[in-house]
Amino acid sequence: MRAAPLPPGTLDDADRAILNALQDGLPICPHPFAEIAAALHLDEAELIARIARLREIGAVTRFGPFFDAEAMGGAFCLCAMAVPQDRFDAVVTLVNALPEVAHNYERAHRLNMWFVLATERPEGIDRAAARIERETGLRVLRFPKEREFFIGFRVAA
Amino acid sequence: MTIDAIDRRIIAATSGGLPLVSAPFAEVARWLGLEEDEVIARMAAMQDSGVIRRIALAPNHYALGLVANGMSVWDVADAQVDTLGARVGALDFVSHCYRRPRALPDWPYNLFAMLHGHSRDEVEARRTEVAALLGEACRGHDILYSTRILKKTGLRLTGEG
Repeated sequence: MRAAPLPPGTLDDADRAILNALQDGLPICPHPFAEIAAALHLDEAELIARIARLREIGAVTRFGPFFDAEAMGGAFCLCAMAVPQDRFDAVVTLVNALPEVAHNYERAHRLNMWFVLATERPEGIDRAAARIERETGLRVLRFPKEREFFIGFRVAA
Repeated sequence: MTIDAIDRRIIAATSGGLPLVSAPFAEVARWLGLEEDEVIARMAAMQDSGVIRRIALAPNHYALGLVANGMSVWDVADAQVDTLGARVGALDFVSHCYRRPRALPDWPYNLFAMLHGHSRDEVEARRTEVAALLGEACRGHDILYSTRILKKTGLRLTGEG
């Protein structure tokens, strides 16, 4: 994934309008792009071509349905560990080896390793956390989501 | 909601994205040997029930200049955390906002909010903004900046279930 800002001038006004409009969602109907294109005063084919380009240049990471894996029976849990600095690399290797570890970040804090466990069923979370505790000898703090506050985040393009 | 085997095939087929063609649901139907009407009806039902949050574009916020972020964490009075959490989650610079259990004595914080900005300074200014919003209901807070991505894999769903 592109981690650096795009060079100035990469996006024109129509690109920005597309980025802003399509964060809110596409209708589920036979010709959804035609509907959005009309609202943006663009041609359907031009809209589709511009979305493809935005994806190619890395302005867009994904275009499609966003699934709630919990609604499908899966489970997630944010976890944190305080890993001694001299063991950090070895612990990273042990933790990352578990397929249940979806992402893992080093953060500047006493609790310096933060990762998300994702499992097909809720029982898998405790099993994976217990395995990490056994293999590392370190405590895994578990922060399951109790409530989600949804979600105004929009990237103004 | 329970999803059946056909729903799972639709999920697996579109988890990499929706095809960029004039009739994308007809294209998905063609891949799976279904009718367009059925794909549309099933995806609409999954959206109504929350299995699909929305069909949308995810901008790369780094590419668009939002290069700084920090995981802010707040110790908010239990009686007020849900009301205030909803207000924090509605801010346009907050991506993930959740109530989570405390882990006392190590961890007093029960509200997590990922703050985004164009710079570290902007993230810090937004942290101050959230602190003002929470006011006296908040007994303490911190912000954790990431120093390294150690692993990042997308959620992979198989068609089987």
